[in-house]
Amino acid sequence: MADRGADRGEDSPYPVTVLTIDQATYDAIVTHAKRDHPVEACGIVAGPEGSDRPERFIEMVNAAGSPTFYEYDSTDLLELYKEMDQRDEEPVVIYHSHTATEAYPSVTDIKLAGEPGAHYVLVSTREHGNNDGPVEFRSYRIVDGVVTEEEVSVVPTLQKSEL
Amino acid sequence: MAIEVRIPTILRTYTDGEKAVTADGASLGALIDSLEADHPGIKERLIENGDLRRFINIYVNDEDVRFMGGLEAELSDGDQVVVLPAVAGGAA
Repeated sequence: MADRGADRGEDSPYPVTVLTIDQATYDAIVTHAKRDHPVEACGIVAGPEGSDRPERFIEMVNAAGSPTFYEYDSTDLLELYKEMDQRDEEPVVIYHSHTATEAYPSVTDIKLAGEPGAHYVLVSTREHGNNDGPVEFRSYRIVDGVVTEEEVSVVPTLQKSEL
Repeated sequence: MAIEVRIPTILRTYTDGEKAVTADGASLGALIDSLEADHPGIKERLIENGDLRRFINIYVNDEDVRFMGGLEAELSDGDQVVVLPAVAGGAA
């Protein structure tokens, strides 16, 4: 297991990928992060099961209300998962912000990552806070404690799935 | 007694990929022992030092078991149990 990072993508059921996200959803995540700064913002982008398409942007309340920690309220969490289940969706993107540190998963983020199929997006608002200006926006897979950064491709709109 | 337990993605390695399994028990603690008997290893992912893990949420009929006595929560035939890992993290 020690060299797990070295063979990433070969044995993992979740190979190294690209996060493809549309501009409106990207902007919505950034706007949420800036608005909630200095508290960590969190949310999810759901998509059809197995599609890897982040289609439905859902802001979540940070029940911890903290600049260094986030957690979905347990009732909100259940409602969210029931709703995704009914719509045959899954969490495609799970995002949160870091407000004083870089957009890289912390030890806590890695330990608590519970969705091996999701893209974990981190936004850092440390530079401009609530104000305009660029943010760090990075995406990772977190599987069994192994973090793999992936490319983020922002597209004008997601192409329709080919049926 | 048959109780349906919804299993989150990250624990489906213990249930051969099944999203829901059946277990039984008059309390949540007994239900988890029943789960463990059929799916060895799963208990350790739910319980730590004799209590529910801090970042695992379990609901009985949509209510968080933390408000129902935790592992002591009573169960009845036909109850639905949902297990969800917390979505949590942060810079700390």
